[in-house]
Amino acid sequence: MTDVMPTGERRQLAPPTVETGVFGWMRKNLFSSWGNSITTIVLVLAVAWILSNFLHWAVFTATFDAKSGAECRGHGACWALIREKYRYIFFGSFPYEQHWRPLFAVITMLAMLILSSDRRMWNKRLIAIWGIGSFVTFLLMFGEINISISLILFVALAAGGLGMILRGSIAQPAELNGWRALAGIAAAGLVLRVTGVMPAWGLAIAPFSYVETGLWGGIPVTIILATYGLVFAFPFGILLALGRRSNLPLIKGLCVGFIELIRGVPLISLLIMASVMLPLFLPTGMSIDKFLRAQVAVILFAGAYIAEIIRGGLQSLPKGQFEAADAVGLNYVQKTTLIILPQALRVVIPPLINTFIGFFKDTSLVLIIGIFDFLNTANQALVDPNWAGFPGEVYLFAAFVYFCFCYSMSRYSKYLEIELNKGTRR
Amino acid sequence: MAVESLGSSTTRTKVAPWNDPVIRGWVFQIVVVGLVGLLAWFLISNTIENLQRQKIASGFSYLQREAGFEIGDTMIAYSPASTYSRAIFVGMLNTLKVAVIGIFLSTILGTMIGVGRLSPNWLLAKICECFVEMFRNVPLLLWLFLIYKLISEAFPGPRQAISVFDSFFLSNRGLYAPVPLADPTYDWMGLAFLIGIVATIFVKRWAKKRQDTTGQPFPTIKAGVGLIVGLPLVVWLLGGAPHHMSWPHLKGFNFDGGIVIQPEFTALLVGLVLYTSAFVAEIVRSGILALHKGQSEAASALGLSRGQVMRLVLLPQAMRLIIPPMTSQYLNITKNSSLAIAIGYPDLVAAVNVTINQTGQAIENILIIMAAYLSVSLSISAFMNWYNKRIALRER
Repeated sequence: MTDVMPTGERRQLAPPTVETGVFGWMRKNLFSSWGNSITTIVLVLAVAWILSNFLHWAVFTATFDAKSGAECRGHGACWALIREKYRYIFFGSFPYEQHWRPLFAVITMLAMLILSSDRRMWNKRLIAIWGIGSFVTFLLMFGEINISISLILFVALAAGGLGMILRGSIAQPAELNGWRALAGIAAAGLVLRVTGVMPAWGLAIAPFSYVETGLWGGIPVTIILATYGLVFAFPFGILLALGRRSNLPLIKGLCVGFIELIRGVPLISLLIMASVMLPLFLPTGMSIDKFLRAQVAVILFAGAYIAEIIRGGLQSLPKGQFEAADAVGLNYVQKTTLIILPQALRVVIPPLINTFIGFFKDTSLVLIIGIFDFLNTANQALVDPNWAGFPGEVYLFAAFVYFCFCYSMSRYSKYLEIELNKGTRR
Repeated sequence: MAVESLGSSTTRTKVAPWNDPVIRGWVFQIVVVGLVGLLAWFLISNTIENLQRQKIASGFSYLQREAGFEIGDTMIAYSPASTYSRAIFVGMLNTLKVAVIGIFLSTILGTMIGVGRLSPNWLLAKICECFVEMFRNVPLLLWLFLIYKLISEAFPGPRQAISVFDSFFLSNRGLYAPVPLADPTYDWMGLAFLIGIVATIFVKRWAKKRQDTTGQPFPTIKAGVGLIVGLPLVVWLLGGAPHHMSWPHLKGFNFDGGIVIQPEFTALLVGLVLYTSAFVAEIVRSGILALHKGQSEAASALGLSRGQVMRLVLLPQAMRLIIPPMTSQYLNITKNSSLAIAIGYPDLVAAVNVTINQTGQAIENILIIMAAYLSVSLSISAFMNWYNKRIALRER
């Protein structure tokens, strides 16, 4: 028995034409069976009907240029309303001729977010970027910032203390002495300030006219509430998550109680609480700005949710990581900051971005307590009697803006998930 | 012996008290709890002082006073002369109504869309994807406003209502439908319906046992539908087939008689269901995708149809991955129903908010909201945990 091997040149036959090209693709994906074909035909008809009606309303019979709502009546969509009101929808009651300030503030915040999305920037540079960016943002929004000496000293003390704790047993003596010096000088300064030896020096930076938070509105408010909500909630959430995993019963109980309480109630009830109860909590005569109250509510709310995500990351680590860190003789702070958190946080970045998308949408709830976020300014644009009766246009426009933000973030989170898993997936 | 001596030697090792982890732990805990307690004391003492200064009453006695405000949608008897506690209870029932119907509908719609995204039909999959992305990436509140405004502006007034068979009237005041007049037979029908459900559960158990032992399938679904629909029908016929209805009719500027589904309720429910379905769809889809491809291939190789593969092989396995995230979606729908306040549907938060504005007793009222939502949330998660445990993979 001899094997007959084919010799010579073999001609590759092209696949049959019905299997390739546009027709092949349609056969495979749209008309593979009777049921499939019927589904396709019904869906095509339905989509065509919806699209033609929508386009008829939104494009063909729409009014793009009109002096008032009366001119739009009887036609399709009234996009002239958006043209008339877009400045208000984007920036709220911020003084009209100063609208460039919130515009640049938004650009600054977007630039910070985009820079932070680049993995090459994930190092100490990010802290500098956020510090400078936040300063510019709030300078633009407020118009003037008074930095008192006490605040500077307090921040310095906090930074020095954190440096001493976190870098305590790993840093070179020179660096550690630097942190100690910072904390020491700040503490001494604070003592001098409190005893009244040091006068209440302050640094007033006032390049623009002052605009109070009550006048802020539109897209900057939405971005500030969501972004700074997450920025401040993040360390808070880490502490809560570590506390929940702790062996110390009292700490654990406190953290579990807080997390479950916040997660069990709707954000609206927290916002109502912040708006009516927080003023009762404070000493007589002391009041907190309404915007700040909403921001505090968002931070508390976000903290509980972030804590649960981070707990997921902590639980995903194999037990060996904890045991190995103990075996090497690291103390709790070292173990947590050097071994556990770097690995756990890496896992939770994509779900954190999804949470951020959620907060970005949820900030719209602040309109209940009368803060003019993007959805609220869109709502207010409907109130003008000259342009009454076109809610669909305004809401679709607002929905489009929200969609652009959220969809791009969710794409980024998907991309990041694949990027970060490259090392573990073979 | 050696081990024992080693053990005792470690226990005997003297550690300075400030280096002993146990003592350190307790000191740390006491300090933290002390700080939290200090903060709480600061807040509480301020609150008491402020309450006294502003002369705001405290305590829950206001609950027995007359509420004095109207509630648009009530499941139980309520009038402005009822007490605050009754008003809050009506709000709570409305919250539960929206949550239960919303959970039911969004599970069905979400599963359909999630499965649709995996369809071999490209167009269907793309349409489902568009649905998911559209609803997921825009705030729920915006959808609620949009749907509510569309309902109240796009539909005509009661006088020009769209009528179907002169018995259903669709207008910007809501959907009016005829409703059967009260009759004792209906109570018995409700009982028969419950019996039907219980009987179906037993039939299903028996059918499963029989299939496990003999391999013979039993048409459980047909039998169940027969029991659940048939039993009440038989009772209705036995009760003399009562058929007197209350028909809606135009009276003055609005309809009278019949039952009404209000636009606020419709908008809230439609918005919640569409928004949550998008999330449910993603959960279902990722649950199915997480299964090994061999599962569906093996099932197809055995000759099961596509529907059977999905129903008998993929979904039961995917359930284990789906249940935990689904629980949080159910909790979300319950909590998100509080957005009702924005479009004027009288749910729990709306009722309590009016109470806060009228009585000024913010603290008590917010405690009520929190307690109510916490108990609902905890019972939903307890039920879902029980269900999750029941269907979890029993590993040996």
